[in-house]
Amino acid sequence: MEFTEQKLPGGTHEIAPRGRLNLVAAPALRSLIAERVQAGNRRIVLDLQGVDFLDSSGLGAIIASLKTAREAGGDLRLARASDAVVMVLRLTKVDRVLRVYADSGSAFADA
Amino acid sequence: MIRGLLLRVAILLSLLLGVNYIAWRWLASVNWDAWWIAVPLVVAETYSLIDTFFFGLTMWRMKERGIPDPPADATVDVFITTYNEPVPLVLATAVAAREIRYPHRTWILDDGARPEMREAAAEAGVGYITRSENWKDRPRHAKAGNLNNALVQTDGEFLLILDADQVPDPDILTRTLGHFEDERVALVQTPQYFGNVDAADVLGSQAPLFYGPIQQGKDGWNAAFFCGSNAVLRREALMQLGIAGYVEAVERSVRGTLRTAAAVVRKARRQARNLPERRALSIVARGVREAQQALEGGAPLADATWRFQQAVSAASRLLVAADVQQINAVLVSLGGGADLEERPLDDAELDRLASSDLSPLGALASVRSLAQSLDVIRAEEAEALAPLATISVTEDMATAMQLHSQGWKSVYHHEVLATGLAPEDLGTMLQQRLRWAQGTLQVMLRDNPLFKQGLSAGQRLMYFATMWSYLSGFVAIVYLVAPVVYLCFGVLPVEAWSFEFFVRFLPYFLANQLMFVLASRGTRSWRGQQYALALFPVWIRACWSAAANVLFHRPLAFVVTPKSRTEATRPPWRLVWPQVTAVVVLVIALVVGLTRFALGDADGTGVLVNIVWVVYDLVVLSIVFRAARYTGPPSKEA
Repeated sequence: MEFTEQKLPGGTHEIAPRGRLNLVAAPALRSLIAERVQAGNRRIVLDLQGVDFLDSSGLGAIIASLKTAREAGGDLRLARASDAVVMVLRLTKVDRVLRVYADSGSAFADA
Repeated sequence: MIRGLLLRVAILLSLLLGVNYIAWRWLASVNWDAWWIAVPLVVAETYSLIDTFFFGLTMWRMKERGIPDPPADATVDVFITTYNEPVPLVLATAVAAREIRYPHRTWILDDGARPEMREAAAEAGVGYITRSENWKDRPRHAKAGNLNNALVQTDGEFLLILDADQVPDPDILTRTLGHFEDERVALVQTPQYFGNVDAADVLGSQAPLFYGPIQQGKDGWNAAFFCGSNAVLRREALMQLGIAGYVEAVERSVRGTLRTAAAVVRKARRQARNLPERRALSIVARGVREAQQALEGGAPLADATWRFQQAVSAASRLLVAADVQQINAVLVSLGGGADLEERPLDDAELDRLASSDLSPLGALASVRSLAQSLDVIRAEEAEALAPLATISVTEDMATAMQLHSQGWKSVYHHEVLATGLAPEDLGTMLQQRLRWAQGTLQVMLRDNPLFKQGLSAGQRLMYFATMWSYLSGFVAIVYLVAPVVYLCFGVLPVEAWSFEFFVRFLPYFLANQLMFVLASRGTRSWRGQQYALALFPVWIRACWSAAANVLFHRPLAFVVTPKSRTEATRPPWRLVWPQVTAVVVLVIALVVGLTRFALGDADGTGVLVNIVWVVYDLVVLSIVFRAARYTGPPSKEA
């Protein structure tokens, strides 16, 4: 799994994973976000367009990262999920907790 | 085939004869004049019949499985959990684990975070994991927490869990992984077997009936238990449990808190001491209202709580700013201080001040607890996800029940693939049994399988059967007291020891024994039967301490074991005083009964029945005398 990152206007930090966000990629995503938050990037948006498979470990890493970001006074938001990913969010009921924004730019529009 | 059929006949026979006997006991033979002993006895007998029913049900579908080929390319993490076991012991397990034939990674999960353990792991070339920073000052959840901490730092599809003393066979993975070909299988449990126990097994450590017919029977109902060690688990299944548990906990916390939040803030506003506090609390109140509206409008929990959290930090900043101004005013009047008009604190500085627990808003305790529970991060826990259940001190049973309720399957693989070390003294053994009983009863009280959604009827009964068996301590007291009362005072709990009694009781008793013999298939189960009765004080203690823990949040009781060597050389009679007392009383009753019979003061049949009964009790209880004097197996050098 690869991650591309960029700074968005307004100080949001975008991370775009590509490939399978599964048990192998989960620890990497988790520690990447922890590092970024530690470095002061407290608003993280995950662009999920390149993610074609998401398992429970991947989802677990997303939830753990949400905790990391919020404990630092920031937040983690999701954007541009594929149908497959949206399906996983629905089946696990995580859609009751997390919203998927249309794109990274609008994810932090309210903050 | 024939044996299975025979077993089913014996099961049916003993249930029919049992119902026949117990119905007669209730309807026609209770001596109501002595109700205080007659009723407890008939209740105890009814309990035992239900126990027989559960045993028969378990044996009805005994399942013997083959050994399927392992998959070609599964990834596996082997976890060795330790807290304070000696380093050489853990290392022996780790080295054996490293040598397991199937490709895998081995990890020592050291909850004691010992530098010498870390070194030993590095030298042996195995991984080493301790708790992350997140766990500081948060509930550690014992072994479940240790495993949950390791789960997020590793990535194998399957996990083999081993207690520190369980030395695995090199084939443990090749023999078990094949069961996971069925994608709904989440767990494969193998037996726990102890190498430091001789044939006599004085402390009753081996559990051949459980790791055999009982687990095979439970397996038949897709309810094979997870027993904490020597088991392989599917990571995906555990993570799904973690996520389901997270969503449920967060929903409960947020919706539950919102119900009372407005009232909490209103109360805090009434008690506000000054204008900045009142202004801050009105911001918090608006946050609560916004969160409520957002949820009613169908917004996800993260959105709704975010608005509230923003309000809380705005309120905190306001209070900090007010405080800073006040302090500075004092400093300026004393000739120091900074000119805040010229350079006010920036947002980042205010944030830093406001986010700490020292911030003035934090001092409003009620508001702080609101801010904690109106969030989606489970602030009180180290990890948002708890894949292994933390509701009980026996995380294994709770986790397996959760897996079953989500539709996962479990497998019992009947082949010894690891060899462990059993406790070698009575104190440690009692502590271990007490903990198992407490854990099982905690689960019964917190998450009763009879009412748990998602379990099949068979699974409900299989879990409940084990819980039911731990209630036997109270029944044991009745079985000990009833013959004493008869022999000493001639008080009859039944109408008469008559033909009517024997014609119903004896066939039931014999059918029961037959069922037991057929089911146990030559395993040495006598020790287990002895301890089931002889540990009655442990079972009773487990019942009340688990109830006190779940209902009144009292810490769980534990057995205080002798620490020093000198103390350990004397048998720890204190630990078994109820059993010793029972033995003394039974012997006195024996003598009194015989004397009364000799004086022509008692009925011959009655005395005979009760003497047989007392002798049986004595034979069963005699094991605690051997156990108290036991000091481990003879050492190999000798």
